Amino acid sequence: MSFLRNLRNWLDERLEWDDLIAPLRKKTVPLHRLSYWYFLGGITLFLFVIQVLTGILLLLYYRPGANEAFESVQYIMTRVRFGWLVRSIHSWSANLMIFTAFAHMFSVLFLKAYRKPRELTWVSGVILLFLVMGFGFSGYLLPWNTLAFFATKVGTEITGQVPIVGKPLMIFLRGGEEVTGATLTRFFGFHVAVLPGIATLLILLHLLLVQRLGMSVPPKLEVQWTANPSAKREMKFFPNFTLRELMAWYVALGALGALAALFPWDLGVKADPFVSAPAGIKPEWYFLFMFQTLKLIPPKVWFIDGEVLGVLAFGLIGLLWLLLPFFESDDPSRPRRWITGLAVFALAYVAGMSVYGHLAK
Amino acid sequence: MAILRNKLRPFRAARYAGLAGFILLAACLGYGQTTNSCLDCHSALPDPLGVTQEKFSQDIHAQKGLTCTSCHGGDPTSDDPDKAMSRKAGWKGKIDRKQIPQLCGSCHSDPAYIRQFNPSLRTDQLGQYRTSVHGKRFAAGDTKVAVCTDCHSVHDLRAPSDPRSTVNPVNVANTCARCHADADYMKGYSIPTDQFAKYSASVHHQALAVRGDLSAPTCSTCHGNHGAAPPGIDRVQNVCSNCHAFQAQMYEKSSHKKAFEAASLPGCVVCHSNHGIRHPTDAYLGTGPDAVCMRCHSPGDVCDQARAGLLNSLSRLDEAIKSAEQVLRVAESSGMEVSEARLGQDQARDSLTKARVTIHSFRTDLVDQDIQAGLKIAAKNLQAGKEAMVERNYRRVGLGISLIAIAIVLAGLRLYIKKIES
Repeated sequence: MSFLRNLRNWLDERLEWDDLIAPLRKKTVPLHRLSYWYFLGGITLFLFVIQVLTGILLLLYYRPGANEAFESVQYIMTRVRFGWLVRSIHSWSANLMIFTAFAHMFSVLFLKAYRKPRELTWVSGVILLFLVMGFGFSGYLLPWNTLAFFATKVGTEITGQVPIVGKPLMIFLRGGEEVTGATLTRFFGFHVAVLPGIATLLILLHLLLVQRLGMSVPPKLEVQWTANPSAKREMKFFPNFTLRELMAWYVALGALGALAALFPWDLGVKADPFVSAPAGIKPEWYFLFMFQTLKLIPPKVWFIDGEVLGVLAFGLIGLLWLLLPFFESDDPSRPRRWITGLAVFALAYVAGMSVYGHLAK
Repeated sequence: MAILRNKLRPFRAARYAGLAGFILLAACLGYGQTTNSCLDCHSALPDPLGVTQEKFSQDIHAQKGLTCTSCHGGDPTSDDPDKAMSRKAGWKGKIDRKQIPQLCGSCHSDPAYIRQFNPSLRTDQLGQYRTSVHGKRFAAGDTKVAVCTDCHSVHDLRAPSDPRSTVNPVNVANTCARCHADADYMKGYSIPTDQFAKYSASVHHQALAVRGDLSAPTCSTCHGNHGAAPPGIDRVQNVCSNCHAFQAQMYEKSSHKKAFEAASLPGCVVCHSNHGIRHPTDAYLGTGPDAVCMRCHSPGDVCDQARAGLLNSLSRLDEAIKSAEQVLRVAESSGMEVSEARLGQDQARDSLTKARVTIHSFRTDLVDQDIQAGLKIAAKNLQAGKEAMVERNYRRVGLGISLIAIAIVLAGLRLYIKKIES
């Protein structure tokens, strides 16, 4: 124990460790019946760290390229010791991370945690959600199997529908007119360099803002606590909340391990660009609500192409979603009810369309 | 005024140009519309004299520019039936059945004429027809046998490549069956009329008509078309070998070929039958109702022992493949990656197929080579499947231990939180 104490002192003398964690010791977390929603952001962060670690391990064996990618993933799954575990955890963790990111966003929305002064936290969070979906889209192609190949083909085709910039953007993403080995190389670059770089910076900004501004309290409670400060209940961030968060991370780790061991991620069949697309091909579940919506829009709406209209509408909705806090009232006693109504509708729409898309042929 | 006249000039010029264009168009339409008084009347007549414009326009001859007069003669430009159908105008009337092969052959046996329409079309049909059973009987005065129009139809004759053609591979059996499956019509020919019924239940029909595999045989594939005749007992294997080349090679060198020839038995047909060929099974080598060996061989003789050995070998490989498949399927459904072993299963199945083909050599040593190769692959696949299952169990045990460790840490954390908060 004295060795640990000495090491701690040694580090403190050089890093001024105590000063560094002093704000964390002072930091508190509001305690109320909805406090458990605060864990979702931390779980998403934990899953991101898992992604980075397992991603680095996968990089040791993965080879990007139309002739090697599938075989290298197959090698990881069959020959590399614990390769199956690393890849399965990477894939399951990716999906869980997208799920917890969505859940975190809706919890923030329902608890109205995006209000002033946390507008930038919301904006950075929504951009992170888009980035996470970008991770999913780019990573899905990397095993170069049939489903991934055609899902990418369809996905990039939809990008091509955007007026003016769509076609050049599609060619940029694909590295040519068609989905080829060049697309795989690009997606690999986006997945392991571009997106992680931007995401890390944004996560740091997001965390800094959370630490600076503290945890938000639901408006009703905020009004009550302002009127009666003695009713205010808090918990120390360190170690009380951190230990609870740690418990949540352990639960997430257990869930990941169980999913990976019981349902190892499927490898599929190697992509063959010369065969026709499998019938009823669908994107990953987190794109399903958009895909199904685009399918339901008529080919022509007035004089505009239905798909173009859908893509433009989603672009506009995404932008408005990003700017949502700026439509909220500054006064916590008079929150905008229509935003909560919109959040309920958005959640019901995303869930409903995803289920419909999953069941539709 | 001069200015006004100059301005009007382009309008006048356009008007004259339009008038000239109309006259030219009318002239062109009038030129293209040749009179065909044959169809004018015959389209209104009942069968067998009725031929509508719609029906005749489907005919390959009409599409190539031939008209009624090409076969029937006469003058279709005349609206007067007496003139149109006058012997003076070369009118032949209804073509006598006895004249049909010769009439068709007058064009179809002329390479120079046929080359104008289709240089790759054969011109030996009439010659072949004369060598066929149909042609020989026809020459002998039997007009019941098939002539060109019986198979190809008339007035709406289509190219064989057209799926609606009566001689398209998919339709040939039905066309032949119109006569050959009609017991009343075939009375007096002393040949069976159950060929079509048998063929309809055969593996060949299944492939051609159900799976749409145009390489599968129909009547004309084995019997010929224009020169249709039974292949002959000693030539059966030559017919089958056109598709089943490996089996034929094996059979050619086998002891059975000599024995069958000596006994005037029709080669392949002895075991596989002819029109009603079913998908062969290993039961052919058995002693049950489907057994074929024991039709000739006696129980306990050398050949019977070899038969039992072959059947045992095939069954062993089949069982080994099935066992490996079962384990691999369970491993796969557990999420294990066994695609390599799955690929190996295809190789094992190939060995089994090869062994079944080698049966036609009737040599146990050759069959055994394929069986051993297949058994080796199947054993490897089974081992891969078993290893996958061991790995699956190892993972589950590992998961269990990890979950217990996680539960202990969670309990520890909970207790620690309780302690610091109390």
